[in-house]
Amino acid sequence: MQTSITNTPTRYGWATILLHWLIGIIFIGQFALGFVMVRLTSQRTAFELIQLHKSLGFLLLGLIILRIAWRLGNATPPLPASVGALERRTAPLAHLALYAFQIALPLSGWALVSVSTLEIPTMPFNLFVMPNLPLAESDAAESFWAAAHWYLAYVGIALVALHIAAALRHHFLLHDSVLTRMITPSSEGE
Amino acid sequence: MHARILGFAAFVACLAVPAAAAVALSDAAGSYTVSPAGSSIRFTIGKAGGGGFDGAFARFKGTIRIDNGDVGRSKVDLTIYPESVGTGQSRIDAFLRSDAVFDAANSPEIQFRSTSVTRTGDTSALVTGRLTARGKTFAEKFTAELDGLKGGTIKFHVTGNVLRSRYGMDVGTPLYSNVVNFDMTLMGKRG
Repeated sequence: MQTSITNTPTRYGWATILLHWLIGIIFIGQFALGFVMVRLTSQRTAFELIQLHKSLGFLLLGLIILRIAWRLGNATPPLPASVGALERRTAPLAHLALYAFQIALPLSGWALVSVSTLEIPTMPFNLFVMPNLPLAESDAAESFWAAAHWYLAYVGIALVALHIAAALRHHFLLHDSVLTRMITPSSEGE
Repeated sequence: MHARILGFAAFVACLAVPAAAAVALSDAAGSYTVSPAGSSIRFTIGKAGGGGFDGAFARFKGTIRIDNGDVGRSKVDLTIYPESVGTGQSRIDAFLRSDAVFDAANSPEIQFRSTSVTRTGDTSALVTGRLTARGKTFAEKFTAELDGLKGGTIKFHVTGNVLRSRYGMDVGTPLYSNVVNFDMTLMGKRG
């Protein structure tokens, strides 16, 4: 049986699965990187890690736009019948919030570098110069967007933790397919 | 002023000098101490996407010795204290002073010692020398243009490009150019 790129009415295709895990790993990695890079004593390493954080942020923004477009253009397999009424209502809200934070976090980071009085250019992976957002540069704006980015990151990572906890609950306590169907792609034979 | 620049040209060319320029010749030859008050050492580094950032060193010292008979035997020594770097943005200054760039705590001096001076025009010369920063030494070239000679004071406009990567200061490339454009005004006072 060939694995399928697209989702089927009951299973996720490998494009969704690949995007899900790639975004998940980068998102968690970005949180860890962001946490570490502002606490280093080596200014050189800090500078280089901040540039990497910016590059990965733009990659994340591109991937999440792709992910949302793919989701809108594909069937979404419904939750297993065993899932209760409360979770059936709240899970889509949690997923919507995850998407919103994955969009808001890179955008707030982009705003932060755009208004920063340090005026450090942004070159994702040293490939091209990313223009700044049309926002006025000032120390006050920089402080605002730094705080916004920081708060969004903490709420975002809390949502990710909730998402992971829910997936583990489904797998180990409820013994349903919610986690495994995000690991094993759908196949042509289904 | 004009006659004195001509006089300097005559001096560097070691030509038979007219009487009017002979005064300038005797004025120019000698040893000068770089006066920080009348001097400046500025630099610009280009940025990806256009523009650049400017900075200057506030503290430095140096001597200029102009040989009476042979301009090629003239000497320029310059010591810059990187701790005094200023860009108008305190966070960038702290970054430049840190071990990311100058490591001013461990390498408190940047030194230039000329090895040859070659006349390139009536009032200009190419100064080659050894630049030492962060324990690394490379040959660098600067263009010196005579900008004034008055009494016991001589003024040069000095420009040159230095590749910072060679001195272990490549941080931020390619966001920031590897080429540092120096633009200095060195005013020397006799003595």
